[in-house]
Amino acid sequence: MRQDDLYINKIDWISILIYAALVIIGWFNIYAAVFDEQNAKSIFDLSINSGQQLVRMGAAIIMILLIMVADYRLYDNLSMILYVFFLILLIATPFIGKEVNGQILTVGIGSVRIQPSEFAKFATALALAKYMERPSFDLSQIKYQLQALAIIMIPVILIMLQPDTGTAMVYFAFFIMLYREGMPQKYYVLALTIIAISLLALGVENNLYLVFAIAAVVAILIFLGKKKISRIISFIVIGLLMVAYVYSLDYVVSKLPQHQQNRIMVLFNPDLDPLGVGWNVTQSKIAIGSGGFLGKGYLEGTQTKFDFVPEQHTDFIFCTLGEEFGWTGSFIVILLFCTLLIRLVIMAERQKTRFSRVYGYCVISILLFHFMVNIAMTIGLFPVIGIPLPFFSYGGSSLWSFTILLFIFIKLDSHRIQMLGRMN
Amino acid sequence: MNEQRPITIIIVIVLIGIVLLTKLFMIQVLDDSFLKRAERNAVQRLVDHPYRGLVYDRTGKILVYNNPIFDLMVIPKEFDVKDTTRFCEIFNIAKEDLIEKYTAARKYSSVKPSILIPQVSTTEFAKIQDYLIDYPGLFVTTRSVRSYPQASAANALGYIGEINARQLERDTVKYYRQGDFVGLSGLEGFYEKELRGLKGVKYKMVNVRGVDKGSFKDGDYDTASVAGRNLTSTIDLELQLYGEKLMEGKVGSVVAIEPKTGEILAMISAPTYDPNLLAGSKFGSNYGVLNKDEKMPLFNRPIMAMYPPGSIFKIVQSLIGLQMGILTPNTTYACNRSLVACHNHPSPVNLFGAIRNSCNPYYHQAYRAMINQEVSRNTFKDTEIGLDKWRESVLLFGLGSPLGIDMYNEKGGSIPSSSYYDRIYGVGRWKYSTIYSLSIGQGEMMVTPLQMANLAAIFANKGYYYQPHLIKAIDGDHTKIREEFRTRREVGVDAHHFDLIQDAMAEAIYGTAARAAIPDITIAGKTGTAQNPQGEDHSVFVAFAPKEDPKIAIAVYVENAGWGGRAAASTASLMIEKYIKREVERLGLEEYVIAGKFM
Repeated sequence: MRQDDLYINKIDWISILIYAALVIIGWFNIYAAVFDEQNAKSIFDLSINSGQQLVRMGAAIIMILLIMVADYRLYDNLSMILYVFFLILLIATPFIGKEVNGQILTVGIGSVRIQPSEFAKFATALALAKYMERPSFDLSQIKYQLQALAIIMIPVILIMLQPDTGTAMVYFAFFIMLYREGMPQKYYVLALTIIAISLLALGVENNLYLVFAIAAVVAILIFLGKKKISRIISFIVIGLLMVAYVYSLDYVVSKLPQHQQNRIMVLFNPDLDPLGVGWNVTQSKIAIGSGGFLGKGYLEGTQTKFDFVPEQHTDFIFCTLGEEFGWTGSFIVILLFCTLLIRLVIMAERQKTRFSRVYGYCVISILLFHFMVNIAMTIGLFPVIGIPLPFFSYGGSSLWSFTILLFIFIKLDSHRIQMLGRMN
Repeated sequence: MNEQRPITIIIVIVLIGIVLLTKLFMIQVLDDSFLKRAERNAVQRLVDHPYRGLVYDRTGKILVYNNPIFDLMVIPKEFDVKDTTRFCEIFNIAKEDLIEKYTAARKYSSVKPSILIPQVSTTEFAKIQDYLIDYPGLFVTTRSVRSYPQASAANALGYIGEINARQLERDTVKYYRQGDFVGLSGLEGFYEKELRGLKGVKYKMVNVRGVDKGSFKDGDYDTASVAGRNLTSTIDLELQLYGEKLMEGKVGSVVAIEPKTGEILAMISAPTYDPNLLAGSKFGSNYGVLNKDEKMPLFNRPIMAMYPPGSIFKIVQSLIGLQMGILTPNTTYACNRSLVACHNHPSPVNLFGAIRNSCNPYYHQAYRAMINQEVSRNTFKDTEIGLDKWRESVLLFGLGSPLGIDMYNEKGGSIPSSSYYDRIYGVGRWKYSTIYSLSIGQGEMMVTPLQMANLAAIFANKGYYYQPHLIKAIDGDHTKIREEFRTRREVGVDAHHFDLIQDAMAEAIYGTAARAAIPDITIAGKTGTAQNPQGEDHSVFVAFAPKEDPKIAIAVYVENAGWGGRAAASTASLMIEKYIKREVERLGLEEYVIAGKFM
């Protein structure tokens, strides 16, 4: 009995409350997104999305209870089995799944359908935690770096084959966890530099400006650091490589078929094609932008209610919030997400075992990526990739997978005292 | 080594939050263009077109009204017909037509309404009304078309049509939109502001497919349209119709004015047209036909045609001469035909005789006395001074510039000034012998039929007139018409000078226009002949009656009908009889005029 008291008391209620707040706000927004004044139905009506979501929220509560009452050692023990199971399911999806919009993403029996790519996230997180728990595991060594990368890349490749690029991209978020666990900083500097230069090369009209900018940065770095010949030469070489990259990227893009070029250019300027590729972003920005400071009021949003924003109850659910609750509503929700994420960092850092810390950072990585990319894409800061807003978006797979992901960590956290001594 | 990294991650989380909130602040709070685009997206602004004002004649008979036209609309998605044959029977449409229209509607949009059967008549509408409920996706919209039950006074009433680019540009208050109908001519044009009413606006919400989703903010921003004002015209419909009948097959004008008010009782422009031709959807094709007609039915002759005034101007000359003191009733001149041609009559004549006999040499000599008053020793200079002084008096009679009737495009005619002759002959190079034609209303002077009718009103009123106008009340209120139509204008000739003129005009009827005489109504009139270098002269007659208490002043122009005593005098006489007695008894004369064989 003492043991049980111990873990109940250690449950992190702050994160659970934020979770509950986000799910409930999300649920009201799903109702608003499908609300039709001329055919008004109750938020509980099972024939509309909000009623359906309520059922899924009920199922989520059952999952939470199961997670909380199960033995915490179960996750440790099952991690590799779950990982393998979902990999097999991912392989099997194209054969046993159901086709929707030309993609086969879901499997299931009858009306209960799940998307394996969503659930594979927490399975991969568990597998990474389990693998990296080994005492010898050291991310400063190439060997281990490659092993971690392999665990991440297997589901990524399988999901890319489905094809579901958006969900596959989420797995790259695990690099946030790897960063915490000691992945050398230079990789991140390099990756961020390449991303920045790629964006600039595509976004800036005249590459010459970019070349000057690179030259200036290289010159400053040389001037600031030690004036060693080898260092100066290596900086110059890196600078020249960057310039070469800029021009080769433009060359490659110009060789692409026109419609693919458009797709890339629309990322930088959705107004280029407001009715085609840019439609979602344009309409989404209009919906959010028209919300003003306080919003139009609950159920008063015209853009979401009248279907101007596609996918408004799933990937573009943030539009409803932005339109009806304005900047104030956006601020509250973003504050909740940031608070939850920071809370999770604090929780991860207090773990006594590497397993639960790694798992904690996996949760942070995935939530942060989803949160950032989803909202950024609705306001035109990020290309549109179809990934849901955690706890908010309509859909069982999304809600359940994030719930499981989060609550396994809350469960592990509540047992952190018992795990004493297993830290390496 | 990794101890700093959790802090870095927290900083990244906070930075992401700040970046998102900053961008959101920019598009939500700082930039209001998205709000406008959202409204453009979802809020449709529908104009509620007001009912255009009606026009009545002076007795309350309707001249112009709005005829409702019904369009049967279909929303293809909701439309469902089980028995097509029966449907075609009820709605009186051929099966092929139905299929064609429905397919076209479907192609346009399956959720937005399209016209299935255009312009269903009122009677047909009554028939199908009860069946509409059985067919979902069908409904009727109403619009209205200007309609003229008597098909009369086309040029006076004018027409409405789609606003053109120039008018849109001039509309600085942005009341009009492309495609709006505005009055383009006649009363419709001049009283556009009164007739148009005030547009209302309805805001309704639509979804992404354009489907109606109800009113915006419960109609708080909607405004109802205000119907246009009704106009009461000065026109006497019966007289107008009678005049149109008399002028049928002829070219010319009739303008009848109530002298005491300046109200235009009838204004006939011949040939005329059926104003219904220019109403509604047929405007385009019919306008083209009318516009190409070489008899120019769209040319509003009473205010736009200009002729030399001819002999009738001698009355004006007499009055100016009397007022100047150059002439007295006893002033006598010989009928010296070496000066200018004349016809056989006793000579010499006094003023009365000169009017009665329309003696040309008399006015040649009288006019010289008016012009050359020897103010200057230089005969050229003297003529110049005399002409300009004389011209000032003539202008007071409403000649030489537009009278300001309530219609656009009124012509003003012309009364030449000294600078006009200076331009042609050079300063100091012209004198009386250059301009003497003016003495008998010929030469470089031009008047419109409206100005001539106004002259008749001045003679009737003994020296004053009201600006002729076509509208006597707006919404039944006489005081709402423009101030200028209620302002008495003096011509600067003392009333007593008119006595002799009126007597002479009454007398002249028996001399030059015996046909015009009406047994129990004293008509005072004067014939004229407007010279026409292109062909037969135009027949002109002005008159007012009854002489004792004038009720009507009239000017009649019949083109190419020769001498004024026949066509014009007969027409004027019949119009006077019609107006005063309401019934024409001289059927022989009526027949004569209608037949139109004056030559």
